Amino acid sequence: MITKRIIPCLDVKNGRVVKGVNFLGLHDVSSPVELARYYSEQGADELVFYDITASAEGRALFTDILTEVARTIFIPLTVGGGINTVEDFDRVLKCGADKVSVNSGAIRNPALITEAAKRYGDQCVVLSVDVKRVGGEFRVFAKGGREDTGMEAISWIRRCVNAGAGEVVVNSIDTDGVKKGFDLPMLQAVCDAVSVPVIASGGAGRIADFTTLFKMLPKVDAGLAASIFHFHEVDLHDLKRELAEQGIPVRR
Amino acid sequence: MVAIIDYGVGNLFSLQSSLAAVGAEAVVTSDPRVIREADRILLPGVGAFGDAITKLRKSGLAEVVTEQARAGKPLLGICLGMQLLFEKSYEYGEHEGLGLIHGEVRPIADVIPGDLKIPHIGWNALHLRGASPLFRYLKEGDCVYFVHSFYGANCDDSVIATAEYGAELTAAVACKNVYGCQFHPEKSGAVGLNILRAFCAL
Repeated sequence: MITKRIIPCLDVKNGRVVKGVNFLGLHDVSSPVELARYYSEQGADELVFYDITASAEGRALFTDILTEVARTIFIPLTVGGGINTVEDFDRVLKCGADKVSVNSGAIRNPALITEAAKRYGDQCVVLSVDVKRVGGEFRVFAKGGREDTGMEAISWIRRCVNAGAGEVVVNSIDTDGVKKGFDLPMLQAVCDAVSVPVIASGGAGRIADFTTLFKMLPKVDAGLAASIFHFHEVDLHDLKRELAEQGIPVRR
Repeated sequence: MVAIIDYGVGNLFSLQSSLAAVGAEAVVTSDPRVIREADRILLPGVGAFGDAITKLRKSGLAEVVTEQARAGKPLLGICLGMQLLFEKSYEYGEHEGLGLIHGEVRPIADVIPGDLKIPHIGWNALHLRGASPLFRYLKEGDCVYFVHSFYGANCDDSVIATAEYGAELTAAVACKNVYGCQFHPEKSGAVGLNILRAFCAL
């Protein structure tokens, strides 16, 4: 049986991990390579790197870091942030990324998904979408959640999947950072609309939030989180053990 | 030395890195002379069967790989590279494979329930059959990383592992010195590295 995936997410700026992390025993907690190795050893099923660098020099640095990460760990890597063209796909895939996540780039140019899926296959294209409730409907937000696009989220997600997105990361702005659990109603709506893997993001605060997620929504494939792993509020080993004890299939 | 066959499909960076991680000397090559001199051959592949087998034949590498495998050199096909080892594929039409392993490639949609997602993507447990030297460091139930929509069918004699996804899908095959993994050892963490380590010791 396919296992549920647990995915730590790292924000990288100018080659360093931002948001801060709080680990004992790591020499350099802002080194993407060291953190990637740490998470891989702890049992992460996949890693996501978001490049939040603004400058071209920073992007080149990110490319070098990614190559180093891909040389060090041997689990699937997804890269996002600043992906606007097929050339951007090419750049990160050549460094050893397995999947590429698009968000604002697809909003600006929806043809990007089709183009990339044709060239690299659906499994390579991950749609990442920031969603917030506005006036009773799910709305797509752009620019890191700052700008309301006015688009209804479920039809946008369906459209992107039809265009070739092989996976969807649903980040609920409403639950993000609140640490009271994933946004189950929003995720349910997405699971009902598409038949590709759905990755839940935003709201995890403790182990029970993951067990609830997978028990309430068996169609969700993975749970993604950042700070609770970085600050060791949730330990990957403990999380996997608890999921297994609750009868949820996980890789151990 | 391991020759990783470069016939213009897919990214070979991870494969090369993972072989380096198990201490194997590996070279990405399309040079028949290098392939003939190598101790073992790795046949990668992503994308569509028809496109891949055409590229492999046009470059003349299909002939070299087949000749070397028939001469007894250890060969490991990965993902689409495994599928190419079969006699035939029914992925978008009908294509002839290398014929190094009996069987054919068919859509997983034929055998799994309609409510399961395609592709079969993610970490799944291996159910080992027999004691293949390729899996000497593995134990029953170890998880590996899959991404595929087609599978090896009618190849029962050669199956050395399956994975359950609505049906028991072929996960790995072996026939004498020829091996194939449907999953990606280079993306399967420590378990995957142990498979590559075992292959390099064959």
